[in-house]
Amino acid sequence: MNRVAITGIGVISALGQNTRAMSTALKSGKSAIGPLTVIPTGELLVKIGAEVSDFDPLAHFDQKRLTLLDRCAQFALVAAREAISASGLNFHGELGTRSAAIVGSGVGGMSTLDDNFRRLYAEGAKRFHPITIPKMMISAAVSHITMENGIKGPAFNVASACASANHAIGIAYQMVRAGTVNVAVAGGTESVFTLGTLKAWEAMRILAFDTCRPFSRGRMGLVLGEGAGMFVLENFEHANARGAEIFGEIAGFGMSSDAGDIVLPSLDGAASAMRACLADCGMAPEAFDHINAHGTGTTMNDVTESRAIRAVFGGHADRLSVSATKSLHGHALGAAGAIELAATILAMRGGFTPPTANFIERDPDCDLDYVPNVTRNAQINMAMSNSFAFGGLNAVLAVHR
Amino acid sequence: MADVEAVVFEIVAQQAHVEPSALHRTTEISSLKLESLDIVEIIFEIEERFDISLLYNANEASSTGGGSFQTVGEVVDYVAKHVDQPSGRKP
Repeated sequence: MNRVAITGIGVISALGQNTRAMSTALKSGKSAIGPLTVIPTGELLVKIGAEVSDFDPLAHFDQKRLTLLDRCAQFALVAAREAISASGLNFHGELGTRSAAIVGSGVGGMSTLDDNFRRLYAEGAKRFHPITIPKMMISAAVSHITMENGIKGPAFNVASACASANHAIGIAYQMVRAGTVNVAVAGGTESVFTLGTLKAWEAMRILAFDTCRPFSRGRMGLVLGEGAGMFVLENFEHANARGAEIFGEIAGFGMSSDAGDIVLPSLDGAASAMRACLADCGMAPEAFDHINAHGTGTTMNDVTESRAIRAVFGGHADRLSVSATKSLHGHALGAAGAIELAATILAMRGGFTPPTANFIERDPDCDLDYVPNVTRNAQINMAMSNSFAFGGLNAVLAVHR
Repeated sequence: MADVEAVVFEIVAQQAHVEPSALHRTTEISSLKLESLDIVEIIFEIEERFDISLLYNANEASSTGGGSFQTVGEVVDYVAKHVDQPSGRKP
């Protein structure tokens, strides 16, 4: 079995459009949730989100290329470019056939779909643009990453709602570990700020009107976010041999399915995925000092996740810092796990622990250390990052310095 | 008001898989074995039927699973108030 090094990180989220910006914003602990501006909110009850503000597609792509790229593919490419550039790898040549690209995305090109359907149903359009299908398909982002970089090994999209990115990164980790490939570019991307998507989310009655307050009393639900996170996962020996900078190491991956409810979370399912991750690491619970929680800010998730962490970590649960960074960058759905793994590694490298923002007061049903509101100067050495999706699809990554 | 009551009883009964005649104003929501998504569906059905908009948030729901409504009668009163006065916030 090969060890798996992280030799590149790229991220774009409400906390900033690259890792440097995100690290600074993360450390400041200031929530990037605010009024939505990328779409008109007149018909919406929930008017807040965590947008990638001031994103200028033309700063990254020429007009001809943009015709092909939904906002979610744009985010994926921006993050992949940063990650691959940091790795110093060039896939044009033999390495390309020994490399994979795996991207998680929950829904794919929603902006493209929404815009076209509006033109058809509301504006009487007679025809669609010929690139509509290749632009909206959920796998478009990963295809563009392979095309731009010459990655010719295994490549596909993973869709498991809010666990998509963790599943994608986890499968990529397993492929590098098993020696199927030497390198994998993996992560997640999502862009859901369209009127149609938001009306559908609103209908579930779990979006907060005010802000996202994970684990806090007075929490009113989740706040949607957008963005992408990408990683270069590389065979450790391969990375060492070329003297690559190693940002961290994937230590394990665990998955489970609740086989329960299409929306309600399950304590057993969440605990089972964390246990599987621990077993995969071959580490005792005491080896961990931090968890980036799924922490959505809904009543149900936060209680269930807290109890699951306690069930898995026992007494050590009280010595873990449990941060819900969705309070800072919103819930980026299929990209969430990637943005949160980036947050975890950036915090590790920066020597701080990111806070759970917007925390008002303790909820008696959530009894862990959530690092409320204030960033801590504390070194994280080994961390888990949880993603628990609607429909009970759970994926947990472990990472160490 | 009587019409509102009949319609609300019908919607709640359908979601709870019981006969409307089995419901009374004093029927406890928690006794109907409704899950949180059932409540959300009831709210949606009420909005559609009466063409009103209710700012219901499932995260405010009590642990009994009945939202902030204890009885079916409270749902009827809440809807009746908003039918007279469209678009309002949950009490």
